[in-house]
Amino acid sequence: MKLTLTVNGTEYARTIEPRLLLIHFLRDELGLTGSHWGCDTSNCGACVVWLDETPVKSCTVLAAMTDGRRVTTVEGLARNGVLDPVQEGFSACHGLQCGFCTPGMMMTARWLLDRNPNPTAAEVREAISGQICRCTGYENIVRSVLWAAGNDGNDGNEGNDGNDGSDDDGRD
Amino acid sequence: MQVPAQVEYEKATSVQHALALLARYGPEAKVLAGGHSLIPMMKLRLAQPEVLVDINGLTDLCFIDRVADELRIGTLTRHAQLLESELAGEHFAILHDAERVIADPIVRNWGTVGGSLCQADPSEDLSAAFAAMKGTMVIEGPGGSREVSARAFHTGPYETVVGPSELLTEIRLPIRPGHQRGGSAYLKVARRAGDWPVGAAGAAVWLTDGIVADVGIGLTAVGARHFVAAEAEEFLLGRPADEENLARAGEIAAEHCRPVTDQRGPADYKRHLVRELTARVLRAALSRAGGLAGRPS
Ligand SMILES: Cc1cc2nc3c(=O)[nH]c(=O)nc-3n(C[C@H](O)[C@H](O)[C@H](O)COP(=O)(O)OP(=O)(O)OC[C@H]3O[C@@H](n4cnc5c(N)ncnc54)[C@H](O)[C@@H]3O)c2cc1C
Ligand code: FES
Ligand code: FES
Repeated sequence: MKLTLTVNGTEYARTIEPRLLLIHFLRDELGLTGSHWGCDTSNCGACVVWLDETPVKSCTVLAAMTDGRRVTTVEGLARNGVLDPVQEGFSACHGLQCGFCTPGMMMTARWLLDRNPNPTAAEVREAISGQICRCTGYENIVRSVLWAAGNDGNDGNEGNDGNDGSDDDGRD
Repeated sequence: MQVPAQVEYEKATSVQHALALLARYGPEAKVLAGGHSLIPMMKLRLAQPEVLVDINGLTDLCFIDRVADELRIGTLTRHAQLLESELAGEHFAILHDAERVIADPIVRNWGTVGGSLCQADPSEDLSAAFAAMKGTMVIEGPGGSREVSARAFHTGPYETVVGPSELLTEIRLPIRPGHQRGGSAYLKVARRAGDWPVGAAGAAVWLTDGIVADVGIGLTAVGARHFVAAEAEEFLLGRPADEENLARAGEIAAEHCRPVTDQRGPADYKRHLVRELTARVLRAALSRAGGLAGRPS
């Protein structure tokens, strides 16, 4: 079937098999490998992308269902080369270790902050409760999102906790 | 890697179009709503439809309205929308209680109310909630529309009265007049956040002078017929809403359900859950209705 959709602001038209899952379409057809493919059973949230305005688990959505819609992936978070405050937050607060869960976590975090600019730690935990991180114990993910909440509205380059590379802790 | 088998895909543009597609392709076609039950089943090849009829474009089936003394919920309403609806929460607290513990926020963004009901998984939380509220399902078919009680909707595990050429379009819940004091609640025990229930119970109670004038008790995942604790309801009707009777209702519900041992827990533990949850959820519903008999309300 013919599929036309907009991903991160760019329109794509492709011929696909209707059974193709959105996560595989994004990764294999479009080469957008930022979204990760983890559990394959809608439990881990590594594959979370936005369908129009809401995050969904793209391992449980057919690419066909996105025809005529907008998809936003982690590659679309930064605008004009400027990182989103959520991305800055994960960097500033060490919100990742292996990074496998990170794209999904960030997509959900951006959605949460758009709807609730000043969430409590409990609200952050609730928002990411359908997503699994095997490394961080979640604490630093929550911190990162709260950091982003405190720095939303800046252009994303300010207030990044002095993390300008000079405090090199081997994170890069 | 789990991939569905080959399938054809049709995007419905209206209810009539969806019905025409279902009629054209016959029983090998399946309605695709949120896909959050159907796609996992297709990935495991437990379902292998030949054609999917995608109804996600039917945004007119996505609503929560009050029409006279009924709350009407469109089949395509996402779980998240029901959870956020003040109108639904104001009249039916049970719906918010249940939605809060269905899956996780991301699954709730896309899974639909009607898909949940049509999936008819014995562990589906909304089935028991709507059974407790004594709702009505509206089903459209080639011959027009028909209404079926929520308590007659499920005919068995993964089975409903919706025929292969029919579509569930909405759920209607009666809003009782204000002089009947009523309250509702839902309680679930799960192994971890976002998981399916080990067992769950929902209740709706209406009181007249401290006496139970009407009551609905729904049970999830414990083998209750039509998701209903009918014998416990019968016991409570006409009796004072006091602690002793609530405890007895719990015992009766536990006696009559048929839980099975599975990876979520042994049958005797589930039976214990039914006894406890039924009494507790009745208490919670009553406190919303204005209190237990013999207590200041
Ligand atoms: C990780 C995860 C955890 C979950 N946890 C829970 C939980 O704790 N409690 C719970 O209750 N649910 C849970 N669910 C299920 C969730 O509620 C789904 O949204 C629901 O089961 C199916 O809704 P859907 O819209 O995705 O339906 P679909 O998967 O699209 O459809 C399900 C079935 O219903 C049919 N159908 C759908 N709509 C119609 C219609 N209008 N008319 C006729 N037939 C129709 C389809 O053909 C299909 O057979 C969970 C799901 C996931 C993925
Ligand atoms: S890969 Fe989609 S939820 Fe895990
Ligand atoms: S950082 Fe490794 S899974 Fe989250």
